Amino acid sequence: MHEFLARVWRGLVAHVDAPLLLITLTLMAVGLTTVYSATYDANSHLLAQMLNMAIGLCAMWTVAQVPPQKLMRFGVPLYLVGVVLLILVFFFGIKVNGARRWLSLGFTRIQPSEVLKIAVPLMLAWYFHKNEAVLKFRHYVVASLLLLVPFALIAKQPDLGTAILVGAAGFYVIFFAGLPWRVIGGLLAIASAATPFAWGMLHDYQRKRILTLVDPTTDPLGSGYHIIQSTIAIGSGGKVGKGWLAGTQTHLEFIPERHTDFILAVFSEERGLLGNGILLLLYLLMIGRGLMIAARASTLFGRVMAGSVTLSLFTYVFVNMGMVSGILPVVGVPLPFMSYGGTALVTLSVGIGILMSINTHRMLVRS
Amino acid sequence: MLARQSSLHASDRELARFHFRVVLAAVAVLAALSLLGARFFYLQVVQHDYYSTRAEDNRISVVPIVPNRGVIVDRAGIVLARNYSAFTLEITPSKVDDLEATIDGLGKLIEIEAKDRRRFRKLLDEGKTFESLPIRTRLTEEEVARFAANRYLFPGVEVKARLFRQYPLGSTASHAIGYINRINKRDLEKIAESEEAANYKGTDHIGKTGLEQKYEFALHGETGYEQVEIDAGGRAIRSLSRTPPVQGSHLTLTLDVKLQEVAEEAFGDRRGALVAIEPSTGGILALVSSPTFDPNLFIDGIRNEDWDVLNKSRDRPMLNRALNGTYPPGSTFKPFMALAGLETGRRTAGQSISDPGFFNFGGHHFRDDKVGGHGTVDMYKSIVQSCDTYYYQLATDMGIDAIAGFMGQLGFGQRTGVDIEGESEGVLPSPEWKKRRFRRPEQQKWYAGETVSIGIGQGYNSYTPIQLAQATATVANKGVMFRPHLVKYITDSRTGEKTMIEPEPLRRLPWKPQHVETIKNAMIGVNTQGTGARAFAGAGYTSGGKTGTAQVYSLKGSTYKESAIRKELRDHALFIAFAPADEPKIALAVIVENGGFGAQSAAPIARMVIDYYLLGKLPKGAAAEDDVKED
Repeated sequence: MHEFLARVWRGLVAHVDAPLLLITLTLMAVGLTTVYSATYDANSHLLAQMLNMAIGLCAMWTVAQVPPQKLMRFGVPLYLVGVVLLILVFFFGIKVNGARRWLSLGFTRIQPSEVLKIAVPLMLAWYFHKNEAVLKFRHYVVASLLLLVPFALIAKQPDLGTAILVGAAGFYVIFFAGLPWRVIGGLLAIASAATPFAWGMLHDYQRKRILTLVDPTTDPLGSGYHIIQSTIAIGSGGKVGKGWLAGTQTHLEFIPERHTDFILAVFSEERGLLGNGILLLLYLLMIGRGLMIAARASTLFGRVMAGSVTLSLFTYVFVNMGMVSGILPVVGVPLPFMSYGGTALVTLSVGIGILMSINTHRMLVRS
Repeated sequence: MLARQSSLHASDRELARFHFRVVLAAVAVLAALSLLGARFFYLQVVQHDYYSTRAEDNRISVVPIVPNRGVIVDRAGIVLARNYSAFTLEITPSKVDDLEATIDGLGKLIEIEAKDRRRFRKLLDEGKTFESLPIRTRLTEEEVARFAANRYLFPGVEVKARLFRQYPLGSTASHAIGYINRINKRDLEKIAESEEAANYKGTDHIGKTGLEQKYEFALHGETGYEQVEIDAGGRAIRSLSRTPPVQGSHLTLTLDVKLQEVAEEAFGDRRGALVAIEPSTGGILALVSSPTFDPNLFIDGIRNEDWDVLNKSRDRPMLNRALNGTYPPGSTFKPFMALAGLETGRRTAGQSISDPGFFNFGGHHFRDDKVGGHGTVDMYKSIVQSCDTYYYQLATDMGIDAIAGFMGQLGFGQRTGVDIEGESEGVLPSPEWKKRRFRRPEQQKWYAGETVSIGIGQGYNSYTPIQLAQATATVANKGVMFRPHLVKYITDSRTGEKTMIEPEPLRRLPWKPQHVETIKNAMIGVNTQGTGARAFAGAGYTSGGKTGTAQVYSLKGSTYKESAIRKELRDHALFIAFAPADEPKIALAVIVENGGFGAQSAAPIARMVIDYYLLGKLPKGAAAEDDVKED
């Protein structure tokens, strides 16, 4: 009996990476307390977020059980389904607040762009893996086109936050797959030259967000309000914070979106620089572990996929923290494992699951 | 095993490149997270104080608590101005995105008239967007409940309990009490000059006229402050600290409002003024300017219709005739002239003249009112019968400088310093005055002929009723002169301490007692056997008086026929009086515009006021007018 239980336990933990799990759980715990603080005044989101986390952990564990060779096979269908859905969104999507991001299924509605955060790197990693032996310049071109299609569709919705994350995830794959430096240099040059044109293509509200970043006071009651209030929250937190549940900016509702995208402002106000330092450290450890897994991965797919997932996670963290602390424009990117919301939580958990899968199936490949 | 080996062989270089890129990524991540860390350090350590202050500013709002305005009561404690609490609907414009939509929305719940919107606009234009501004005042309980149920729909809109000023006696004594109204730009400057700006945060009304204006800073009180924690929607969450306001001081007046009512009623719908003074203190017992107005109309900004009625009325109810109406004193000037004659040594009481009915000066005939003259006239008779010729002569003998000198001492042609602002000076004619008044040299010269009619209170003579009352009181008080004033004492609402106003004599005129007695006796004679006898018949006290008629319309030689002249051009009727004669408790001056003879319309008013004041009742069959021929 004891033997049986031990085997079940071994089976359960066989593909779980302990450091990643530990860091994830710690972040989730911190996230839960912060979500509670941000929402308990009116309508506590604590239970709902716990449920989201449970689903996320299940997804993480499940994905971790799937060997990378099998994960690869999901790349093409997921990608195709995702892009088709995006095209459907483009034509038939529901418009909310001027953005067409949702697709109605009658009984519920879905946001297909979320799928692409996993599908695009999966697809590209599979593509490079398949062509590993014969990798030519044209493969990078094809990969870029494969990336560009969903990126453009998402940016057009418009959903700058998701577009950045999808684009970044895809780019990281191509980068780790060995995109030549001269191409990177060339892209950078083109990008900087195209900036003025890109500016012209941005929506008014997007431009406004960037402008208010330069000087938030130009529009204190409009789009500058988010940045002003969140920086006040962070700054007034000081070294050790005002204490849990004691943030005035939070509880007097000065911080907008305080349980979702701006949860860092809540955390910073109540936990101070000390809390932020610990949070940064947790993310650093998570990213470090991810890069370590990437470095040790046994296949090209494993390497580039792990690298992309890890840097995507970093992108989430950097873009979110940057915007909340006022050094990046406001785009809708949640803070991993902290922000309230099931969708991002599941996506990120799947990402961690993929890392675990890549790490724990190394040995099997060898044997 | 095979797969791994082949991949190792195949892509050693690739792997190295990958590892290099991973290290590069790690460095980039480290740099980026360090940048975030530095940003946090900057915000949370370097700029911490600044952001702490910002957060406190965000959450703490200092709300001024407006003190209750002091109450005004008459000498008997009857309330003339008080406060009552009512609900107002207020909007803080800075917290509302779309004002018009909000007001329209409110209009569906609570009636908001066009004038409410206009007033709101006006306040908005004054730039008070961060204060809460009333859109509707005096909500009913039902309206308050209706708004409360829908409050969540209107962020930045609140119902507040505010105190409103009320004048319970309405138009009674309104020229003395004055009124309050919303603070305008000019008031703000005045407040700033007086360095009261901090104390007026939150105050939106200020005294505009009368005592409300003069004693504004005493009545206002000290503003209290409350520190309130507010949320992002501007809603108050809790109070952090509170400094209570101190109510304004209360004013107790010398005014007897019952007497005031009697006097106002005595005027009826006639235009005119009355000032009654307590001679021994200068305290004003009644200050009437008729017609009057309801000061309650002004408190929240007068409605255009009401303003038009007041402003366009030919009777000019807003004019405070007691202080700003200037009239020739007519024959009421004679007792003062007689006293001047005695004091300057130009006349003795017994010296007589012969009155042929006119006075010849430089070939010009100055008419006496009585055809054929008064015969032999001494000083007593000149006052009792109001002989003009006597005073033509006296004025000529004295000369303008001596007259002006003496009358100036009595306060004629000078502001009395009564505690209401904007008092008129009047005109005390003199060569110096002419020089100041006129520009052309031939106009600036004083002609001796002009002195003649000065003697009977005509010519350039022009005084306010309060000056006339003050001079009468001074004679009644044997030369001890007081500043007329309305406030008896000011009571500190916190300590209950009373600050008395006066009585400190303005000056003591060094008149010979027998001279004053002569004049007072003659004035008693007026009320017993002279022009005032009819009006004071059967009075239960002895009184002194003098009638007067001031020409509005020059007769140019023709005979005066009242009925033939338009009412506006009829003479003004005047009367001055004091009583009781030996120890005067009241001295007054009455003017009834276009009232005709003084004895006819002004004296009966004086009789009613004095009777009421001394006896507590009105004279029997008190007739407003009768048909005494006099003057």
